Amino acid sequence: MDRRGFLTRSLALGCSAAASPLLTPVSFAAAPGEARLVVIILRGAMDGLDVVAPHGDPDFAGLRGGVSLGGAGGHVDLDGFHALHPALSPLLPLWQAGDLGAVHAVSTPYRDKRSHFDGQDILEAGVVGLDDGAVREGWLNRMMQHMPDGRMQTAWAVGRDPQLILDGPVPVSRWAPEADLALSPQAALLARQVMKTDPAMAAALDEAFRVADADGDPLMLTPGEGDGMAAMAAGGGGPGPARRIADFVAEQLRGEARIAAFSLNGWDTHAAQARGLPRALSALSNTILGLREGLGPTWGQTAVLAMTEFGRTARMNGSDGTDHGTGGAMLFAGGALRGGRVLGEWPGLSEAALYDRRDLMPTRDLRAHAGWVIGGLFGLGRSEIEQAVFPGLDLGSDPGLLA
Amino acid sequence: MPFDPQLAEMRFGCGLSPGVAPPDSVAAMLAGLSAPDSMAARFPVASFAALLPRIAEERALQKRRREVSGTSAEKEARQAIKAARLALNTVAAQALTAHMLRRAHSDTPLRERLEDFWADHFTAQGKEAALRAAGPAYVEEAIRPNVAGRFEDLLIAAATHPLMVHYLDQNRSFGPGSKAARGRGLNENLAREILELHTLGVGGPYTQDDVRQLAELLTGLSFNVEAGRVFLPRRAEPGAETVLGRAYGGAQPGLGDIEAVLRDLGRHPATARHITRKLAVHFVSETPDAALLTSMEEAWLSTEGDLQAVLAALLDHPAAWAGVGRVKRPALFMASACRALALPGTALEGRKPPAVARLFARPMALMGQVWLRPPGPDGFPDADSAWITPQGVATRLQWALTVPQRLVGDLPDPRAFVDTALGGRATGAVRFAAGAAESRADGIGLVLASPAFQRM
Repeated sequence: MDRRGFLTRSLALGCSAAASPLLTPVSFAAAPGEARLVVIILRGAMDGLDVVAPHGDPDFAGLRGGVSLGGAGGHVDLDGFHALHPALSPLLPLWQAGDLGAVHAVSTPYRDKRSHFDGQDILEAGVVGLDDGAVREGWLNRMMQHMPDGRMQTAWAVGRDPQLILDGPVPVSRWAPEADLALSPQAALLARQVMKTDPAMAAALDEAFRVADADGDPLMLTPGEGDGMAAMAAGGGGPGPARRIADFVAEQLRGEARIAAFSLNGWDTHAAQARGLPRALSALSNTILGLREGLGPTWGQTAVLAMTEFGRTARMNGSDGTDHGTGGAMLFAGGALRGGRVLGEWPGLSEAALYDRRDLMPTRDLRAHAGWVIGGLFGLGRSEIEQAVFPGLDLGSDPGLLA
Repeated sequence: MPFDPQLAEMRFGCGLSPGVAPPDSVAAMLAGLSAPDSMAARFPVASFAALLPRIAEERALQKRRREVSGTSAEKEARQAIKAARLALNTVAAQALTAHMLRRAHSDTPLRERLEDFWADHFTAQGKEAALRAAGPAYVEEAIRPNVAGRFEDLLIAAATHPLMVHYLDQNRSFGPGSKAARGRGLNENLAREILELHTLGVGGPYTQDDVRQLAELLTGLSFNVEAGRVFLPRRAEPGAETVLGRAYGGAQPGLGDIEAVLRDLGRHPATARHITRKLAVHFVSETPDAALLTSMEEAWLSTEGDLQAVLAALLDHPAAWAGVGRVKRPALFMASACRALALPGTALEGRKPPAVARLFARPMALMGQVWLRPPGPDGFPDADSAWITPQGVATRLQWALTVPQRLVGDLPDPRAFVDTALGGRATGAVRFAAGAAESRADGIGLVLASPAFQRM
């Protein structure tokens, strides 16, 4: 009975030392491959039509009232047809350097019911549907089962949320940077002594001290306000939670880790989207900038895919927001990918061109783009991708995402 | 090793308490299960029936919002949804505080532990926002009253409860030959999990054909927010079905046929083997003693699944009292800390959902157990290694150092707390740490984080 696999078993065992850049001098040449993949799940359904606004489409203004280009708080034109949401403007240098791009009018195979839970399950499981029961294996885990070099790749599921995308038989390391330890040196010493009688707990605590100290947010050896949990919950004080995750992921990927997944929330903008969306986009922008800064030269071998469960309605609703839709946009970044472009076949926004006369029509399965990226990064073959990683996918022609 | 009062509290209860005396015999432990459920009365949770109108309300509010989408009425509709959500969050938070308080105060903590075990064995959860808050009601009504009765009654109550029907998609299943089908067909999800998880076990003697036949037999069993569990004969597949070689149904379809097959599955030898082993693993050891397993299995078979008899076989066996003990799951770790700290019954009154989340739900999630959201129908992982992860241990330590002082006003003296919390398990290292800590909070935290406390 192990359909779920023993995913939470993690770094108390052998892979922990390997993942440690502090304990193990890592030779990059000796690593099983240089490519890195980061998948960010944007939970709540990002509005692709606002984030990468198709201002050149003749029907866009009728649906959304258009966008104001340039100036303070305005969208930024990218290519004469698409404009980037102003909250992502800190990423413009990346766009100009070809390290940031988007694919538009894509979606998973999920249609019609527009439930976050089901939509995210399908996105993370990489499957066509949830016909019979819950899915408990993620596509990144299936990918690792087919990595051709046959060596265990270290992968990290980061953050407090469960990450179905990495669940499965291949062991995965997990850490939430907010699980930091804040305690006095004396308490740390005593804790180690107390644990000594139990080797499993002692090893886990030792590893926790090490990871907590190396996650870009050093182990706090001061008593603080005596309320570490509250500080943890608020994420207050230091850098924001998104940035802490980015720092931690970069730290691991500079070492032997090759794959990381985490999620960013806050995209379900049913009301007052102009206020809510910038908050989520700032977190995404900070995350991507944090990854680039933290990865240093390794950024050049890194692909970041930011995907969401579905898009949002083409029209605004009555409370200046948007409701659950279908087609949307996937953002991508990293030196391993060829950005500075918005890819995808544009379906148009006329009433007849919309899906169900309400949503952006998806013109391609976003799994195809992810499939081409992992094929290129990790050497998986077409049949492995179409049958094992993304069952039921027609990979189609190469969209040319890789640099 | 035979029965030991302290170990009875640690391994089969919710830990030692300064205010509740441990049981003096196995007979007393079992007798408690037959006594009135005073904890349920003292720390109540909302009933499923009381939640149904709220679920209906949530759906109506969502519908209304869609209807007025794009008009000036939309803002108001959204505010109504927000208010309804807040009310549901309050229900969920109250259930979580009741969970902790019952375990802190019960003089029959074995009941609480059995509830935990069976709620996990029969995992069911809401798949839409409004139904998430119904998880504790399901446990309260389907699981808790049946933990010391016959397994088949527990099985029927759990597997046909509306929340299970919803969770495992039984309400989307149509007999392919039924009047209501109109092109729709079977959903095998509930049938499969009944055989694989709830009764026979994944290695059990059933085939895909048994799954399909059971799924056909289950058609008609459904759920709606007006009435809760319903049986809709128009969805039922006509004719008899054969499960494990025995025919059921064929006449007027109804719940009776479903109960008949569940009773037979509950008495099946493969079910006895599967579940007695799971109980022994959960309470005693990841590699349970063979003689203990045999004794429990024989008790099951000779009583057709009387859970009191199975528990007696477990508790009367010396192997049940040996070994270092399993690791407490996060919720039990927290609850047993509340018990050792003698958390007053009124201590959590009036705490709002965000406060309850900060004290319990959020750290519990960081420890690996997301309240009301087990990862799948097979519940949370049971291996100790699933919980003794760096993040899990770090969060337990951090919680132990920081949260107790926010739960109880005056922390006890850590040197005395060593004996309160650990009894005969206290070691020199823990005693030293409790005395050498810089503050009361640190001393208490180190005692709670010690392996002797984290194991049961």
